[in-house]
Amino acid sequence: MSYIKPKFRHPNLPTNRLGYTVADYDGAVSTLCAGCGHDSISAAIRNACFASALEPHRIAKISGIGCSSKMPTYFLGKSHGFNSVHGRMPSVATGASLANRDLTYVGVSGDGDTASIGMGQFIHLIRRNLNMTYIVANNGCYGLTKGQDSATADLGSVSKAGDANPFDGIDLASLAILQGASFVGRSFSGDKTQLEPLIRAAMAHKGFAFIDVVSPCVTFNNHAGSTKSYSETRDHLDVMPLDFVPMREEIRTQYAEGTTQSVTLHDGSVIHLHKADTSYRSDDRKSAMHAVQTAEDEGRILTGLLYLDPDSQDLHQNIQLASRPLNELGKDELCPGSKVLNSINEGLR
Amino acid sequence: MKPTNTNDPEYFHKVVDCQYACPAHTPVPEYIRLIAQERYSDAYMINWESNVFPGVLGRTCDRPCEPACRRGRVEEEPVAICRLKRVAADFKDDVSNRMPKAGPKNGKKIALIGGGPASLTVARDLAPLGYEMHLFDAQVKGGGFMRSEIPSFRLPESVLDEEVGYVLDMGVHAQFDTYIDSLQSILDKEYDAVFVGCGAPRGRDLPKLPGRAEADANIHIGLDWLANVAFDHTQTIGKRVIVLGGGNTAMDCCRTSRRLGGEDVKVIVRSPFDSMKASPWEKEDAIHEGIPIIDNHVPKEFVLENGKLVGMTFEKVEAVFDKDGKRNLVPTGEEPAFYPCDDVLIAIGQENAFPWIEESTGVRFTSWGTPIINDDETFQSTRKEVFFGGDAAFGPSNIITAVAHGHKAAVSIDLYCQGKDLSVRPPPHVTLVSQKMGIHEWSYDSIPVDDKREAVPLVDLKAALKSRTLEVELGFDLDTAFVQAERCLNCDAQTVFTEANCIECDACTDICPTSCISFVENAPEAELRQSLLVPAETLDQDIYVSDTLETGRVLVKDEDVCLHCGLCAERCPTAAWDMQMFAYNLAKAAPILTEVT
Ligand SMILES: Cc1cc2nc3c(=O)[nH]c(=O)nc-3n(C[C@H](O)[C@H](O)[C@H](O)COP(=O)(O)OP(=O)(O)OC[C@H]3O[C@@H](n4cnc5c(N)ncnc54)[C@H](O)[C@@H]3O)c2cc1C
Ligand SMILES: Cc1ncc(C[n+]2csc(CCOP(=O)(O)OP(=O)(O)O)c2C)c(N)n1
Ligand code: SF4
Ligand code: SF4
Ligand code: SF4
Ligand SMILES: [Mg+2]
Repeated sequence: MSYIKPKFRHPNLPTNRLGYTVADYDGAVSTLCAGCGHDSISAAIRNACFASALEPHRIAKISGIGCSSKMPTYFLGKSHGFNSVHGRMPSVATGASLANRDLTYVGVSGDGDTASIGMGQFIHLIRRNLNMTYIVANNGCYGLTKGQDSATADLGSVSKAGDANPFDGIDLASLAILQGASFVGRSFSGDKTQLEPLIRAAMAHKGFAFIDVVSPCVTFNNHAGSTKSYSETRDHLDVMPLDFVPMREEIRTQYAEGTTQSVTLHDGSVIHLHKADTSYRSDDRKSAMHAVQTAEDEGRILTGLLYLDPDSQDLHQNIQLASRPLNELGKDELCPGSKVLNSINEGLR
Repeated sequence: MKPTNTNDPEYFHKVVDCQYACPAHTPVPEYIRLIAQERYSDAYMINWESNVFPGVLGRTCDRPCEPACRRGRVEEEPVAICRLKRVAADFKDDVSNRMPKAGPKNGKKIALIGGGPASLTVARDLAPLGYEMHLFDAQVKGGGFMRSEIPSFRLPESVLDEEVGYVLDMGVHAQFDTYIDSLQSILDKEYDAVFVGCGAPRGRDLPKLPGRAEADANIHIGLDWLANVAFDHTQTIGKRVIVLGGGNTAMDCCRTSRRLGGEDVKVIVRSPFDSMKASPWEKEDAIHEGIPIIDNHVPKEFVLENGKLVGMTFEKVEAVFDKDGKRNLVPTGEEPAFYPCDDVLIAIGQENAFPWIEESTGVRFTSWGTPIINDDETFQSTRKEVFFGGDAAFGPSNIITAVAHGHKAAVSIDLYCQGKDLSVRPPPHVTLVSQKMGIHEWSYDSIPVDDKREAVPLVDLKAALKSRTLEVELGFDLDTAFVQAERCLNCDAQTVFTEANCIECDACTDICPTSCISFVENAPEAELRQSLLVPAETLDQDIYVSDTLETGRVLVKDEDVCLHCGLCAERCPTAAWDMQMFAYNLAKAAPILTEVT
């Protein structure tokens, strides 16, 4: 197995606004199984950061434990990273964001890391609306520990050992909508045309952006009987396409009346959503819940931007934290001295 | 687009850029791998099978393979293909016992006119089949222009003798010192076929330039002069020499002059430096030997004093391009330039000449003086048992082209002698074999090295200029040769795709370092090329298109800058990609003569 990627690149690789090519957003060569959906998500994150011309050194990658949580090693080799403990990525992300609110935070987790051991932290992260993108690479199993059913495995899905799952799976996207997440999307690792703009939109969103990505485990969960294999997923996809137009770019595409909704984010970028069913409203929690539920009842996996509140208040705004990162504050600001302490104390008498 | 037909051997053949560009289709990456494995004799035999003169070509080839080399498209410089060939020749063991012998006589007799690379190739291909080969050459030894024109400081005589010897030793009846002055006399001897490989022996002159006749004693035709030097008839030249012309002959003339006493040697050429015919490396070598190249100067007059040549005047010109991009050399209007000299060498071109071929033989010629030939596959002339090849066929070219012609003409002669249809050509010998060794391991060094190309070291300049026969290039040593060999990308390790296995997981697209692989909607070729991850804009490089996949898309691989690194196949969970070694051997008259296993 080669752990070296040759240095040569296509001589005509396009560059982004910063003059970088997509190769400047590469990480190390993946050690995941060949064909793992997670690698496609890594590539989609890489491509999204390139397309949105984010500066690699202004991005921080955080993860827990699992094959999925290993992913950050395989993209954005020049960014910050923290591989934390199982299910504890939310608290590390929260701490990092409180200390430096100006970085773009990308959390990568698995269905085990989030829906089992990390569920408690996950729910509170949503509730606090931390400004970050949180991606779950959802393969319905614990890939790293050899494929045991996870909490998102669907009822009746057959494991590689041959046992049907006796429990209902947790639907993380529904949970996130219900819990008040300000941005909820779902996608499929094998559909980069949808996944890439979705990640770009999530990164531009100010607040907690959650994306549940069905990501087949080729080794332990890609057999007949599994509901999260490549072929089963493709057979049941119900795709709502979207385009992401960053603030600086003019809108070139013309969309047919009635089939497209446009949402403007706080930074001026625009998301165009295409959906045949025009009654669907992405800014309405009830409508989103309903659509996801109806699709599920019909055996379809609805993918796209499911819910978005573009005007949400993130954690920093909500509890009025310092407007600048701690590392930019001077000694006097961080430690205002006894005079200020005295005046506070006076005010409390 | 329709799915690519990879069953057509020409598809993968074209992917091996160097081999495809080589007129004799030498399996370049194969011999380079053998060099890296220290199997120099095998590397030599692989070459010999295709190009007959590896030692000669490893020093002198025009190397059309190198500009074609894929490495030149992903990095600055191509692989040092030509000089690696020399490594094989330099470091091989005695290979004489691996050479084929003359086959049992088949009762057919062939005449070869001229003993250059074209004729020798025909002899090499037909002798093992039992043909009796009669070779006639005006020179005292075999090799044609390789002996009479290419100077020994570029091509040592011993190297030439060895490789000409391998062919002549296959029972070829060679009559040297024999100029054939009548084709009819040969036809009268009832040969079963005649091959004309007499080259393009006439050097152009400037008969109308004022002073030409009067200064004749000090004006020499480059081609004749070089031959006289080669056969030791000429041993000196004046101190100040002007060489007229900008091709490789001019470069050999000026460098030879430096070694025969010329101290102030100049090349003066009509065209601008960049559009000179000489190969860039030949110009470099001349400049390195202290020879200025003065461009944009058109000869005007030979100047004499007291009946003796004292110099030449030139009109200064500049290149002006008209609407159609055609170049005109327009006088600048400046004063003519005068350059003093003792001798002038005219090296301004070369022509075919067949004064010895009678019209009555039925061999007819084009208005350019070249023979009318059936096509560039059969090489049959208008007299059906007479075949042409090498410089004699289409005018001056180079050794490797002469060899390629020889192979094809030999096939034709063999078919002709058996009364078979010449247009039904035997197919190439092709194999395609998976290189998978383990789950993720290939039988070749798949990941390319980053090392840069290195120049071949040269002998000390002073010593070089003292001797006409001291070889200038020293060749690579074995350590350098290994690194240079490792630069080869193994383009014959083909990426072979099997639609039915693909689950469209994107792993190959994501890993490919040079963004060659895309999954897209099918479209007509021009559109498809634009829809790829990086548009496929090198139009002479093919795109590999699959059949429709399950999602309705097709896989498209742009062959242009593929590194043949095998990462796509390593990351593919279903072995939809496989790396398969493609061997392509041009069909020759004789079956493969030397087995390398
Ligand atoms: C100065 C110079 C340098 C060159 N350097 C290179 C180089 O570095 N690399 C390269 O690839 N190519 C080079 N070439 C070109 C190359 O030498 C020729 O293209 C090649 O040798 C042609 O081969 P051929 O077999 O067609 O004929 P030739 O090699 O020309 O051989 C023809 C032979 O036929 C003989 N002959 C002709 N007429 C008759 C007759 N009627 N009877 C008997 N014998 C006859 C001639 O004496 C000669 O020996 C060079 C050419 C010149 C002039
Ligand atoms: C505290 C703790 N408990 C259990 C484990 C064992 N463990 C490692 S990875 C993993 C599950 C990972 O599943 P998921 O997050 O779905 O990742 P995947 O490998 O499927 O991508 C478990 C249980 C651990 N590393 N740490
Ligand atoms: S075990 Fe499954 S999840 Fe882990 S790397 Fe392999 S395919 Fe991916
Ligand atoms: S061998 Fe495969 S991965 Fe490597 S450059 Fe070629 S197409 Fe890309
Ligand atoms: S890695 Fe293999 S299975 Fe996956 S898309 Fe490429 S060819 Fe198809
Ligand atoms: Mg999992």
